[in-house]
Amino acid sequence: MSGLSITGDNFAINIAEPLVFGFLGVLALLLVGTIAALALPRMQPGKWSDLGPRMRSWWVMALLLIAALIAGWQATAIVFALISFLALKEFLTLAPTRKEDRLIVLLAYLSVFVNYGLIFAESLFVDSYEIYLVFLPVYGFLISAAVMAWIGRTEGYLPTVGIIHWGMVVCVYNIGYIAFLMRVPDAEAPAGGAGLVFFLLFITQLNDVAQYCWGKALGRTKITPNVSPNKTWEGAIGGWLTTALVFFWLAPYFTPLSPLHAAIMGVIVPMSGFFGDITMSAIKRDLGVKDTSRLIPGHGGVLDRLDSLTFAAPVYFHLLAFFAIERF
Amino acid sequence: MLQTIRRYGLMLIVRPIARLLFGLDAIGAEKLPRDGPAIIAANHNSHVDTIVLLCLFPSKLLPKLRPVAAADHFDKGGFGSWFSRNIIGIIPIKRGGASRNEDVLLAAKQALARGEILVVFPEGSRGEPEEMTRFKTGVARLVEAHPEATVTPVYLQGAGRSLPKDAKLLVPFNTTAVIGDPLTWNGSHHGFVDELRERIEALKAQAPPLKWS
Repeated sequence: MSGLSITGDNFAINIAEPLVFGFLGVLALLLVGTIAALALPRMQPGKWSDLGPRMRSWWVMALLLIAALIAGWQATAIVFALISFLALKEFLTLAPTRKEDRLIVLLAYLSVFVNYGLIFAESLFVDSYEIYLVFLPVYGFLISAAVMAWIGRTEGYLPTVGIIHWGMVVCVYNIGYIAFLMRVPDAEAPAGGAGLVFFLLFITQLNDVAQYCWGKALGRTKITPNVSPNKTWEGAIGGWLTTALVFFWLAPYFTPLSPLHAAIMGVIVPMSGFFGDITMSAIKRDLGVKDTSRLIPGHGGVLDRLDSLTFAAPVYFHLLAFFAIERF
Repeated sequence: MLQTIRRYGLMLIVRPIARLLFGLDAIGAEKLPRDGPAIIAANHNSHVDTIVLLCLFPSKLLPKLRPVAAADHFDKGGFGSWFSRNIIGIIPIKRGGASRNEDVLLAAKQALARGEILVVFPEGSRGEPEEMTRFKTGVARLVEAHPEATVTPVYLQGAGRSLPKDAKLLVPFNTTAVIGDPLTWNGSHHGFVDELRERIEALKAQAPPLKWS
């Protein structure tokens, strides 16, 4: 595999060629954004006030993820475990819970360790992916329901048990797929597992940005007036087509997909990202908040940033596994 | 030396851990006093409240920040007392049992005279999780003695879920601190604490809805 290699006495870093270009492309986009954040507020004072903090946060997030992808699957798993914990904490802070649920909330946080621990536990099981696949959806479901029944407050039991499981699946299980992708052997994809992860993150963020730009330029007809009033058909379809084309164009560099499969995934992955986005919007409306926290200046909370990924990540993983990848 | 250790301890250890466990969202942080003498008055549900308030300030102000805390809880002697006084920086205050001609607020007044920033919880106790009880008038008597000090109302939400009174288990939840405009002495003890309480109640509207039953 050609690309960038840095070798020292005790370490060797290899970055596949498509990833080198990918990282450089992201840095170039950040530079353009930073120039815009410096120039636009001067041209139209007051209108672009949150662009500065927004760009600063983009730099931090992009550099953190690039560093994790270069450092390898262990670092990536730890970073995403932390992200899952922060997202779950935001979710459980805003969602209705009861005084008796403090223990069950603590158990939900522990599920982060088990879920990401399974990514590390490959030597323990013949196929840790199969266990990962069922652990939170099945055993997380059974354990949380049983523990809550045992604690014994019946009033509000059903809504709360649903909320706890929903939070674990969306914030921990679905996001964990991103870290699991890093375990795909280098031979399975042109830029290795890191390339697959980079491509997923790039595509979902591109979809958000493209929807925003098309919406700003042409948006007229509201698509979900009750849930997300700023979203328009023009923005959603423009963003979807843009992302699908970019997916199809870049897929050969990052994925082992055939052209037909790349076209199918190019259509489905951005669409699932869109549904993740409006699902999180519906939840925020229901809870009566605009942002899930104030952790990321200019963006809101971790869940605000992750919304499309919570749906796109598992779909991307499963379709890759179905179409092309033999071992992970 | 001790102040340097405290400052870096707050910056490098306490604040990052508190941010990880409690989020520390702040609304209106620009309204906090930048120097003393001043008083910060907040509702009180958890020991975590003090950590949240201390983390709101830039660490260079830490030597001036003095949480006013119950002597019967935090100043029982031994290592605990030393830690509370020198590391947390508390000013111990007697709750009940003081003789008539003893001024229990003396140490707090002296701190204001030195230009320090007092952190007070006018409820006087943590009480039931996420519920506000009536305010004691001590904060009014402090600002009466030092009318040059402003009282900044702060509404704290969430810490009462993370570590309520008598709980043994700490559960991470995000906290929100909503900071209001500072008040000055208005000439009446009960009038002052009533206004302070109303201001803190009103700040609650800016925090995310708390769904906790």
